[in-house]
Amino acid sequence: MPYTYYPGCSLESTSRAYDESLRKVFELLKLELHELTDWNCCGATMYMSIDGPLASTISARNLALAEPLGYDVVAPCSSCFTILSKTHRLMRENAEIRTRIGEALAPAGLKYELNLRIRHPLDVLVNDVGVELIRLQVKRDLAGLRIANYYGCQIVRPERGFDDRENPTTMDNLFEALGAVNVYFPMKVRCCGGMLMTTYPEVALKLVKDLLECAEENGAECIATTCPLCQINLEAYQGRVNARFETKFKIPVLFFTQLVGLALGASPRDLGFHRQLIPFEHKLMQLTEA
Amino acid sequence: MRSIMTQEFQEDFFMSRKESELRSAFLEQVELIPGGHKIKQCIQCGTCTGSCPVSFAMDITPRKTIALFRAGEIESVLRSNTIWICASCYACTVRCPAGIKITDMMYAFKRIAMERKIFPKGLPVHALSSLFVSIVNKYGRNQEVNLLLRFGLKTNPTKLIAQIPLGWCLRSKGRVPLKSTKIKDRKQLSSIIRRVLSMRKTVQKPSIA
Repeated sequence: MPYTYYPGCSLESTSRAYDESLRKVFELLKLELHELTDWNCCGATMYMSIDGPLASTISARNLALAEPLGYDVVAPCSSCFTILSKTHRLMRENAEIRTRIGEALAPAGLKYELNLRIRHPLDVLVNDVGVELIRLQVKRDLAGLRIANYYGCQIVRPERGFDDRENPTTMDNLFEALGAVNVYFPMKVRCCGGMLMTTYPEVALKLVKDLLECAEENGAECIATTCPLCQINLEAYQGRVNARFETKFKIPVLFFTQLVGLALGASPRDLGFHRQLIPFEHKLMQLTEA
Repeated sequence: MRSIMTQEFQEDFFMSRKESELRSAFLEQVELIPGGHKIKQCIQCGTCTGSCPVSFAMDITPRKTIALFRAGEIESVLRSNTIWICASCYACTVRCPAGIKITDMMYAFKRIAMERKIFPKGLPVHALSSLFVSIVNKYGRNQEVNLLLRFGLKTNPTKLIAQIPLGWCLRSKGRVPLKSTKIKDRKQLSSIIRRVLSMRKTVQKPSIA
């Protein structure tokens, strides 16, 4: 089944490993992925806080470009996923907004007629392919790797989507089938601070510290994330957390697609493991040699 | 819906002119949110504050924000750090027993504060957001390096220097592209943006008068 791929800005830079591993996993599962031509910014949080209607309109440009292709849109960044879904919902539920956006897009020869489904890749893997089918294609068991599954906020909220908003389990089920051990991680949907790391670092550092502490206390060997912002906050700022709170965290933070790709037999290089700031080499060697 | 809401709230003659102007601007924003009228049904239970991961750092909690809005104190909400500390994680929204879209309400406050330039002192969030918007409007995509550099220079150049090691680290892992990303059809995007802005002028005039 083909999909339209909306990478989003982060997957071109700090989260390249997410882009690389996602493409690889889709390829190995024989899912066609067509990158949307000339996509623009989704109208994310920061845009939304300046000008809501304009944010929805530029967001709708993407939907208008994607609709004629006729495939579901895969948006791996939680923020893009939420904003694109939100634009679709606003247009569906509010006739005035629908008309205004329609009028803004029309002179450019674009229109959006509400026929798209916006999907997160985790949803695609679990619900379109299915955990069982993925398990049958495992080339390299995750051999008891202890994972803290971190869903973050915007993948399950505010919409009631493919998983529970308080206690999602899709990623846990997936990794269990791939041979990993899911550690108890009650903070799985707690916010990482998002862009507060830039604007109010003191607040964000505390949130990140709490998350790392929870993962470590429960014996996680790594944290699996579904979002670029969660990944960078939890990984790149561990040093600052350690300096600020006198802790000694050194927990690798991976994209869930990197781990799925590993189980499907892809080479670590193809999955962007060389881009990690906190080494995962030791575990990686154990897993790839087994 | 709006006419009922505005009438009901604006009839309070104890309210200052500025406050009632802020109130109608806020209600106008809230009106665009599907189910936005539910803000009237707040039972002040505090589930929002209890669920909020960052309420510890706010000077007015989410529950109090609604109480102040009702009491005709929108300006103090706009001057608080609360709306800027909200990281938009939607924990409050999904738990609110009255179905109030609290996160969207925070966005509405943010936009009013931006428009009217009412900010708490030394607040960097709007600087970051404005830069983000100007980059996206120009190139169609966010350019992380460009954004953070300009933000740093504008707000705190010393802190920017402290970020160099991390930037270097990310760069060595190929995570900081030197080539700036942009869309091809920037002309189309800017014509769409211009159109939204010009429609706004014609639509909004009668409602101000």
